[in-house]
Amino acid sequence: MISRKGQDRVFGWLMGLSLAGVVAALIAIAGCVAVRGAAGFTWRMLIETPKGGYYLGGEGGIANAIVGSLCLAVGATLLSALFSLPASLALQREYASPRLSRAARLLFDTLAGVPSIVWGALGFVVMSWLGMRASLLAGMATLAVLIFPIMTCAMAEAVKAVPPGVKEAARGLGASRTQTSWLVVARQALPGLLAAVLLAFGRGIGDAASVLFTAGYTDHIPRSLLDPVASLPLAVFFQIGTPYPEAQARGYASALVLLVIVLLVSFSSRLAGRRLSRHVLR
Amino acid sequence: MDTRRQDALVAGWMRGALLLGGALALAACVGLFAKAWPILSSASLLAGLLSPDWAPAQGEFGLLPFAAGTVAVTLLAMILATPVCVLSALCISEKLSRRWRDAAKLAVDVMAGIPSVVYGLFGVIVVVPFVRALARAVGSESSGYSLLAGGVVLAIMVSPVIVSIAAEALESVPRGAREAALSLGATRWETVRHVLLRHARPGIVSGVIIGFARAFGETMAVMMVVGNAPRVPRSLLDSACPIPALIANAYGEMMSVPRYEAALMLAALALMLAVAAFNLAARLTLARWHGRAA
Repeated sequence: MISRKGQDRVFGWLMGLSLAGVVAALIAIAGCVAVRGAAGFTWRMLIETPKGGYYLGGEGGIANAIVGSLCLAVGATLLSALFSLPASLALQREYASPRLSRAARLLFDTLAGVPSIVWGALGFVVMSWLGMRASLLAGMATLAVLIFPIMTCAMAEAVKAVPPGVKEAARGLGASRTQTSWLVVARQALPGLLAAVLLAFGRGIGDAASVLFTAGYTDHIPRSLLDPVASLPLAVFFQIGTPYPEAQARGYASALVLLVIVLLVSFSSRLAGRRLSRHVLR
Repeated sequence: MDTRRQDALVAGWMRGALLLGGALALAACVGLFAKAWPILSSASLLAGLLSPDWAPAQGEFGLLPFAAGTVAVTLLAMILATPVCVLSALCISEKLSRRWRDAAKLAVDVMAGIPSVVYGLFGVIVVVPFVRALARAVGSESSGYSLLAGGVVLAIMVSPVIVSIAAEALESVPRGAREAALSLGATRWETVRHVLLRHARPGIVSGVIIGFARAFGETMAVMMVVGNAPRVPRSLLDSACPIPALIANAYGEMMSVPRYEAALMLAALALMLAVAAFNLAARLTLARWHGRAA
């Protein structure tokens, strides 16, 4: 039997060790991708599309996947924001009863957890029903459906955090609920709203399962919304899957590019949040 | 346009956006159900779903190997992740100074944002060779692409989710509760065990369930390391094929075989309903708990 003090010390050690383990996993992942990726990385791969025999280790780059992923994620984020912003504002008391609001939050939380492969399969069903081929438009729409609940949940949190006094002051000055919501509440919640948009963008650009069926894959940069389009996560996946070391090395480098984009988005959302929050009333 | 009409118009758009959430949920259920109907409507195929035989070309759609693979890999991940994550959350909320706490939370947030394909890549580079070496050390043969590798990668992947929800739950325990326990002479560990864990239990359990649901539906990271063999796994070193990996891998070939698509959509429907049920239960618990605490 260990003494009480001894138990306390063992437990303290275990706590520290666990957290160190989690942080070490993060460092190991980032480090491993950085080291392996840097070895296969060339600046030229950012601006070239794959040439003949690329997946056998031939010449070329991943510009198709970078442009494709940016198109997909930007389009999906804009499309989703068009509905997420009004939906999150509509969860306020002025528009929905507390009961409806609670139920809707629960629904969005649940939808945010639906696996992306399910949305991918569903997008594929809808596509074949409409007679569409895999395309930028279909991928964008599927991705938008995937990130819509995520963005709405995050935005709703930001809207909820706006102090009621600010709203009351606006209403007291004679503003309608629409004017209050869109000119005062949205303005006050701006840092949180922007963070929500960037969070959704980060999720969108990193997701592979939803675009696997719907966006297709191509070695070219898309010219129209109806062209199939490549994406970075799939580029990583396909290149790793080849048996050729040159192609695999470029797969690691593509993962590094993806990781850098995601981390940049994540940090810029924190920075932007801090800058924008200077104008928020407290 | 006068203010009132403008107000009504904008309110309509906002309510419409809100309704879209409900419409999506409904469309997902109805769409997948309709696509799965050819299998659900045939008694013999329905009975075949529970068999371990998967041979789409012969019209055998036994989903058992995939269900078993999903459950096994997810349970393994949760067994590995839960203790470490709860202890990490305790460390963040109880032990660290404010500054280190913010740093740790930042690290966890960053980790939550890493794309799943990067976790999968880490699995291929580090975890799979490790499992292969481990198999050799215990005297058995494995390519390394196995249940164990999938479980480890998933455990790492869901840990930021669990840690952040659990830490939030622990931080919402009132300061007075800690002080009362400490002033009675309890050690830190006794305070944690008898006061904090009891008080924050609904929040921590919800975090674990949400992590479980996330692991249950994860596709890319798992698919890259788990081996994708459509058999019921017999050991940790066997390869498995969870449902998301089945759906992702079967793309392309499913059009050529009758009823193949129906079987896949049924699997997707089952996956969605299971994950939604877990999430709903966890979120309800969280909402009720926060409602009581506030």
